[in-house]
Amino acid sequence: MALLKSSKAISSIGTFSASLGVLSTRNSSWWGGVQMGPPDPILGVSEAFKRDTSPKKMNLGVGAYRDDHGKPFVLDCVRKAEALISSKQLDKEYLAIGGLGDFTKSCAQLALGADSEVLKSGRNITVQTISGTGSLCIGANFLSRFHSASRDVYLPKPSWGNHTPIFRDAGMQLKAYRYYDPSTCGFDFNGALDDISKMPEKSVIMLHACAHNPTGVDPKPEQWKEIADLVKKRDLLVFFDMAYQGFASGDIDRDAWAVRHFIEQGHKIVLSQSFAKNMGLYGERVGGFTVVCNDAEEAKRVESQLKILIRPMYSNPPMNGARIAATILNTPDLYKIWLEEVHGMANRIIKMREQLAANLKNEGSTHNWQHVIDQIGMFCFTGLKPEQVERLTKEFSVYMTKDGRISMAGVTSSNVGYLAHGIHAVTK
Amino acid sequence: MSLFGEVPQAIPVAVFKLSNDFKDDPNPMKVNLGVGAYRTDEGQPWVLPVVKKVEKIIVADNSLNHEYLPILGLPEFRSSASKIALGEDSPAIQENRVGAVQCLGGTGALKMGAEFLRRWYNGNDNMKTPVYVSAPTWENHNSVFANAGFEDVRPYKYWDAEKRGLDLAGFLGDLETAPKHSIFVLHACAHNPTGTDPTHVEWMQVAEVMKRRKLFVFFDSAYQGFASGCLDKDAWAVRYFVTQGFEMFCAQSFSKNFGLYNERVGNLTIVARDADNVRRVLSQMEKIVRVTWSNPPSQGARLVAITLNTAELFAEWKDNVKTMADRVLSMRASLQAKLQALGTPGTWGHITQQIGMFSFTGLNPKQVEYMIKERSIYLMASGRINMCGLTTKNIDYVAKSIHETVVNVQ
Repeated sequence: MALLKSSKAISSIGTFSASLGVLSTRNSSWWGGVQMGPPDPILGVSEAFKRDTSPKKMNLGVGAYRDDHGKPFVLDCVRKAEALISSKQLDKEYLAIGGLGDFTKSCAQLALGADSEVLKSGRNITVQTISGTGSLCIGANFLSRFHSASRDVYLPKPSWGNHTPIFRDAGMQLKAYRYYDPSTCGFDFNGALDDISKMPEKSVIMLHACAHNPTGVDPKPEQWKEIADLVKKRDLLVFFDMAYQGFASGDIDRDAWAVRHFIEQGHKIVLSQSFAKNMGLYGERVGGFTVVCNDAEEAKRVESQLKILIRPMYSNPPMNGARIAATILNTPDLYKIWLEEVHGMANRIIKMREQLAANLKNEGSTHNWQHVIDQIGMFCFTGLKPEQVERLTKEFSVYMTKDGRISMAGVTSSNVGYLAHGIHAVTK
Repeated sequence: MSLFGEVPQAIPVAVFKLSNDFKDDPNPMKVNLGVGAYRTDEGQPWVLPVVKKVEKIIVADNSLNHEYLPILGLPEFRSSASKIALGEDSPAIQENRVGAVQCLGGTGALKMGAEFLRRWYNGNDNMKTPVYVSAPTWENHNSVFANAGFEDVRPYKYWDAEKRGLDLAGFLGDLETAPKHSIFVLHACAHNPTGTDPTHVEWMQVAEVMKRRKLFVFFDSAYQGFASGCLDKDAWAVRYFVTQGFEMFCAQSFSKNFGLYNERVGNLTIVARDADNVRRVLSQMEKIVRVTWSNPPSQGARLVAITLNTAELFAEWKDNVKTMADRVLSMRASLQAKLQALGTPGTWGHITQQIGMFSFTGLNPKQVEYMIKERSIYLMASGRINMCGLTTKNIDYVAKSIHETVVNVQ
């Protein structure tokens, strides 16, 4: 059987088991050798949460924003945009492979700034993608195909769990650079610089533009400047992942500062953007992938190759979410409302951080919880160990990922006390 | 010095370039017979009335939000979509051995199926399994499977250019000589681009060989309802193969039959030996979905699910589908009649014998070029025309142009 003879290395997807004894009961099926895949570490948390019957249960797993009643939040600007779109009675003809022009233009503008020289000279290509994941997938495959100088992608340690399988599946080699310092629950700046200084030239370095996932630890502007200089010295290809623009500080431009600084310094970056969180368009799958090129001619060539990648994946992207995002970005009244709503979401998160830290103090915890306030964005790297996480889930029905990451968006003024109580109980 | 200095300009995808050229053409008589999208008799895109209705329902429902769908998609969409392909009373569904993955259009469903097969079929990560696609086929089939890692994508004989019909002997011959376990991509109905489908008896012969030689069945169903106007009739082949006990994939698209082209609504239906196999297959599908798009877009799936699961809306949809299919049938009849009346050299029976959106006219590349350059009638180099591009207003012009072309260009 081919299964027995196969000695090829298995990709990240699934595992190959040598124990073919079980095959006998399944050998009338093509799929006898298909192992049960492990549940996704992040999305699997939500599924476990759903099954829990405790009235006090908290879902601090997936990074989806919740209002202070713990409910999903549909932005007002989104509803208004939908009403506008509905009144236009548009057709449903296929989008171009690269997506909706109104969307890709404004998506690039949001990230790079309206006065960006890159936009003026037309030396970027921005394609619409299936949210952030789709953007990273396109990017990883583009680099795999065209960045022959290196197979190495350096991720910060830790990084979003899905980065690794995405790049690995595209045929890249995963490496890491120091990032999170568990002793301070902060940024290991010196460790990062040290590791970056040793990266082989032309390697790809992944940077989280703002609101680092999962730690919430971002470099300060002076630190970003030093990183940018060193990265240039090492001649590395920068891949920015920006999934939380607006969500980190509440300010669109502040959150894009690092991306814009690198571009100003001459880096020709590639950039993934998601509108899942900052517009609450999670399920509509709205994202962008940008390549900053040498000039417009190069951008055209790169664009043609991106299309060749996209066509056999899904032909062309979905309209609905992109149309909503474009309407918001291009309608001044709606854009204004959006900025306010993003600011509001970021503020609520900041308030919950403050309340969590305060409640932990009130519980009598002797640990230093300053990092809860210092960290930025939707996630907080609590510092909890896997055993403590397990207890928190089993005894208190608080669901989070094993690395100690909690989504602050799942915290409300009514449950922050309970959360503090649980965290204190497992850490005292 | 740029990292991308060596990136070559890629050739544009033919069918989209054709549309672009059509757009730029100033000739008021121009006709676009290229891209496969339905058009009304006014030459306009058609948002199905039932779709407009359901959109209003969705907009008015304040309980709906934009949260993530599960990785595999909207459950009520997946199950109702599979029912459409396999039939309400499918034994496979009753036996609990059907699974589904909501995907980005038919392309996305093919992609997911291909990625899964490369990893898990005929060994693990076996890129050498031959994948057979019909000669000719939708051009993207080749890329989907090649990009999934398959090194050996080959044609199987299908279209007989001389007799302008199915090359059954060639098809069966290729099935007999294909290496065991080869994957065959079959068009469920309304073959793209030829519009030529096997008859029931011919499908039965195909199934017999595939079963005997242990070939993998991968149906591409992009036109269910569109071919004959009847959903069940158009699903005959898929359902027949299920009764024959195959484990198989069926990539479904709702782009054409729901007119939801840009919402990317597709479904990969999986028929396996039993529920346990389905479960494990789906768990691995999740892994592939997660690194590609994480979870699929909600709007289109919601729309289709509401329609399929609401009796009056379902009936209205079937009616809308029949409207589209009927218009295509009437254009076929009309074009053939006009060509015959003009005395255009050659035989034109294939225009009405062929089925679905497309017709393989039999025009050769030189004749196609003439049509485009001299008559501003845009069609694919293969001679494929989209019947939906024909209207009562332009059909005379098209018929006369075909006549002139055939007479003047060899």
